[in-house]
Amino acid sequence: MTGFLSLQGVRKEFNGVVAVESFDLEVEPGEFVSFLGPSGCGKTTTLRMVAGFESPTSGTIRLAGEDVTYAKANERNIGMVFQSYALFPNMTVSENIGFGLRVRKEEGAARGERVAELLDLIHMPDKAKSYPNQLSGGQQQRVALARALAIRPQLLLLDEPLSALDAKIRDDLRAEIRRIQRQLSITTIYVTHDQEEALALSDRIVVMSKGQMEQVGEPFEIYNNPTTGFVASFVGQLNRLPVTVVDPALGRLRVGRSEIRTTSLIESPAGAEVSLMMRPEEVTLDAEEENVLEGTVESVTFLGSIVRVQVGVEGGRLTADLFNERLLELPVAGEATQLSFPSHACWVMV
Amino acid sequence: MTISTTPLPVTTESEVAQAPRERSRFWAWLILLLGALYFVIPLGATFYWSLRAEKDVLGFEAYRRLFADPNFWPTFLESLVNAVFAIILSLLIIVPTAYWVTLKLPKLRPVVEFITLLPFVIPAVVLVFGLIRLYGRPPLLLTATYGSSRVILVCAYAALSFPYMFRSVDNGLRAMDVRSLTEAAQSLGAGWPTIMRKVIFPNLRVALLSGALLTFAIVIGELTIALFMAQQTFGPYMANLTRSKVYEPSAMAVVAFALTWAAMGTIALITRPGKRG
Repeated sequence: MTGFLSLQGVRKEFNGVVAVESFDLEVEPGEFVSFLGPSGCGKTTTLRMVAGFESPTSGTIRLAGEDVTYAKANERNIGMVFQSYALFPNMTVSENIGFGLRVRKEEGAARGERVAELLDLIHMPDKAKSYPNQLSGGQQQRVALARALAIRPQLLLLDEPLSALDAKIRDDLRAEIRRIQRQLSITTIYVTHDQEEALALSDRIVVMSKGQMEQVGEPFEIYNNPTTGFVASFVGQLNRLPVTVVDPALGRLRVGRSEIRTTSLIESPAGAEVSLMMRPEEVTLDAEEENVLEGTVESVTFLGSIVRVQVGVEGGRLTADLFNERLLELPVAGEATQLSFPSHACWVMV
Repeated sequence: MTISTTPLPVTTESEVAQAPRERSRFWAWLILLLGALYFVIPLGATFYWSLRAEKDVLGFEAYRRLFADPNFWPTFLESLVNAVFAIILSLLIIVPTAYWVTLKLPKLRPVVEFITLLPFVIPAVVLVFGLIRLYGRPPLLLTATYGSSRVILVCAYAALSFPYMFRSVDNGLRAMDVRSLTEAAQSLGAGWPTIMRKVIFPNLRVALLSGALLTFAIVIGELTIALFMAQQTFGPYMANLTRSKVYEPSAMAVVAFALTWAAMGTIALITRPGKRG
């Protein structure tokens, strides 16, 4: 079954160098999908192929059932928002928003109505006559969003739209993008290297690395059940501790002289050297009933809502993220401590 | 012994920081003044000399004689028209080329830069002999009539403007995010002609204006090519006047200066911001 947007076996090479390989994705109507990955992983190249700015070396791209693999960008009816805003400096806000409609030869009154509607949508009706250089970065990006939406696109593409903005404006605009996307139920592809952005915004996330899709899933699934080491380490903070398998059937593992347990599946045989993974927020500095390790506090970093504590244990180092509260007694570097984590919160990777 | 109660002058931190700033401002003004004098003194002297056509009286007699000369306006207008066509031709060649090089063929930039610099390397006299040899014989017999020679002249002027026009346009293109603007326009449904007309040209306004200004200045006073192509333009007229008159050449220099700036001011006014591209 094919989705509203369908990418099948998409591959892209630049002078013999593979940028994207075996990319298969079905996007449902109204869905918000993020491409998440580090620089050079192929996420923007994939987006540009969907937009029509690059042609795939092989594979097929379908939009609403129509093959658009080699269709020109200006024939696709896809709205795009760029990292650098890309507003036309010689045009006012309303001229920028109405540009696509003018190109489509939409009649003046209808065009004016649509521009006013979009100015209301982005809460900027008073800026209609302003030029882009008279607006803040956040305002410019809102106008760019309105301009992309003005043409009633079948698909909205956003290429790292918040990267150039300050943290506070980024948070506000992120919520704004999600609100507008839900209000219009427009199918959206969002490219970002910021995992928090992808987790907060998306219905589904495609995690990419070295031109390949690593995992596709809902944010909760991606974060809590990563299927590859790359996804586990790229999305969120991760502890990785070298351990030895004692009894794979019972989930028993050895770290130095201590024995710990996991409820996750262990495919390696007894005696195998593997890595035990767990999120820092699952680790506590209390000696709970299971998986207790002795260690020494190496550093304490205050990050506002959380306090990050690094503890040296036998065979490695673990990070614990503690929720900040006024009565929290901060540990001191150099002091001996115990830490523990539940057996369901850790998993083994080879 | 009396004790003075007057407080001692205190130098604050801001005053200490202000002193070097004022010093640097003084030097900036001085350099600006010297630069202005460098341009203004010769112009002033020329103007003063142009007023001395009548004995013991400062007046505009030289200007009156100049404007009364039946060859003044026709030659100036001919050069003006040549300049306008040379600017248009140069823009039509350089803007798409520079745009395409910036967008699609950045590796070709050094080659294009070299080609546009050729008019600096090839003297005008060599260029004109080359043009006459190429177009002065069949099958491309374009020097046969005054009108067809003028076409060659305009083409040669467009080529002479390449070094200035390319650099102006290239700087303008580098100052804007050409790729994103082009792709944004494409995603909104615009084709190449619309992108060039509505997005690229309007945003290159200042760069185009400076390129046009330089082309205009070159064409208005150009002598060598016009002379060899037997064209009755402003350059040969000025050269002829300098040889035969005393005060009129100075008056003409002042008038040419004023007319050039007036023409460019008009272009600037026509293409001012707020006008639709």
